[in-house]
Amino acid sequence: MKSLPKNKIIRIYFAAVILLLLSAVLGILLGAANVSLGSMLAAIARGDMESAEARILVYVRLPRVLAALVCGAALAVSGAVIQGVLANRLASPSIIGVTAGAGLAVTLCSALGIIGGLSLSLFAFAGAFLTVMLVSLGAKKWGASRGTVILMGVALNSLLGAVSDTVTTFVPEVSIMSNDFKIGDFSSVTYAKLLPASAVIIVSVAVLITLSNELDLLTLGDENAKGLGLNTGAARVLFLLFSALLAGAAVSVAGLLSFVGLLVPHAVRRIYGSCSKHLILLCALFGAGFVSLCDTLARVIFSPYELPVGIIMAFIGAPFFIFILVKGKGGGSHD
Amino acid sequence: MIKLENLSASYGKQPVIGGACASFEKGKLTAIIGVNGSGKSTLLKAMLGILPCTQGNVFIDGAELSALKRNEIAKRAAYLSQGKEAPDMTVGEMVLHGRFPYLSYPRRYTKKDRSFARAAMEQVGISGLADKPLHTLSGGMRQTAYIAMALAQDTDYILLDEPTTYLDISHQLELMAILRKLADNGKGVITVMHDLPMAFDFSDEIAILHGGKIICKGEPLAVATAPYIKSIFGVGLKYIAEENKYIYSGI
Repeated sequence: MKSLPKNKIIRIYFAAVILLLLSAVLGILLGAANVSLGSMLAAIARGDMESAEARILVYVRLPRVLAALVCGAALAVSGAVIQGVLANRLASPSIIGVTAGAGLAVTLCSALGIIGGLSLSLFAFAGAFLTVMLVSLGAKKWGASRGTVILMGVALNSLLGAVSDTVTTFVPEVSIMSNDFKIGDFSSVTYAKLLPASAVIIVSVAVLITLSNELDLLTLGDENAKGLGLNTGAARVLFLLFSALLAGAAVSVAGLLSFVGLLVPHAVRRIYGSCSKHLILLCALFGAGFVSLCDTLARVIFSPYELPVGIIMAFIGAPFFIFILVKGKGGGSHD
Repeated sequence: MIKLENLSASYGKQPVIGGACASFEKGKLTAIIGVNGSGKSTLLKAMLGILPCTQGNVFIDGAELSALKRNEIAKRAAYLSQGKEAPDMTVGEMVLHGRFPYLSYPRRYTKKDRSFARAAMEQVGISGLADKPLHTLSGGMRQTAYIAMALAQDTDYILLDEPTTYLDISHQLELMAILRKLADNGKGVITVMHDLPMAFDFSDEIAILHGGKIICKGEPLAVATAPYIKSIFGVGLKYIAEENKYIYSGI
């Protein structure tokens, strides 16, 4: 396999943008209520913000589509970065417990009465960051193999889930840890949750794209990367910090969405490759489009009933994960 | 010149290098030899601050190592570790990362960087492999690609940790010929080696590391005839003048 020529890379970007736009438009157009785009826009144009059409567009479908786009981008990029830093293609925010850490923090937040805004995002980020650092430091201290790191993450995932369940058992009013939250869902998205999380996600993705060469260097091994002038310890912490910011922000909006962080980076690597600059950007675009499309499917498949988006994503993500394991390609060359 | 003054380094509480003194010049190929566990790799890492020194100093062309930032060290001396990962990138992409120490805002490689990378690949004869993914290359070609990356780094010194490991004999000889050429073109090449005859055949100087110290450093012929070669390595070395090569003796 040769490196891709520029025109093929452009075609991949084009496909990613088309997927994103298509999924966004479908997300606006389709839903339980049979409302046309024209009638929604007409209601807004005449300033009738109290009409059902305008309210559906502005307060239901638009925030939901935007949330799906930013959370999809965040989790896909977070997965790609964690896989690069841990040099393990089987790592992802949901598999190594990062989203569970954020979920626990959100549960505690809810128990404390914090249900939205920047505080929730910050708590979610802290939970995600502590978990990812725990896995990373544990792997380093005990010289764990790449397979062991995954198992450590899986164990941590269960532990954090158990702690969350304990909190919800003793504090039943913690409604945020509902099934929808555990599976991942956009039905309760509000601008108060979405805006701070979106700001965090956009800034984090931009910073990670800027630092893509550093991420590539880590794949050469610590000593070679140091020989090239990279402070590998600081770089790892920085990357894990931003991947935790992304995962935490996504969890604060949508709950524990799984498989995006695993599925999308793998798919992008297969069709494009692993050069971090394009990998991060393509993961953001494809991740956004994929989650938004899944969310639309979740709304329309059994309309007027709605499935949590996590179910649709698991239906697609789980077989793909098994496919990776069976094909033995999950390790990649530096796994 | 890279100068070591009483350099000590350790892994945890276990001292590995204790008071090493030596100097390594530009334009010379120096092989560091020693038995397993003598600290050769540790010495190489400590020389560039990849492993922190516990005592002593290193000076690179007069600049004290501890006063230099990581990227400033990387502009002076390139380092290639023993383990060579095969990351999922092409040869050209990896060689371009040799320009990493020169990256500045907005952290994108420039035309100048790309021209350095191209020249480095030409220098070691792998221009045709620029688009090949690293993991599809043989061990020898991958090693050459790493050397091209070190050349793109445009440093006066290149330090290599057992570069011939895992290579078949023809690739070992090819690699040593490349290192020889680099030294002849003015670079200071310092390489850890296990194969004594090959080290003595290609090097300008041999440094013997034993008990955490450099106990001897000099021209190959002088070192080969020193009495402690046999006591340290369990074999002797014999110089065949007609063929200008070294062979093991007393096995």
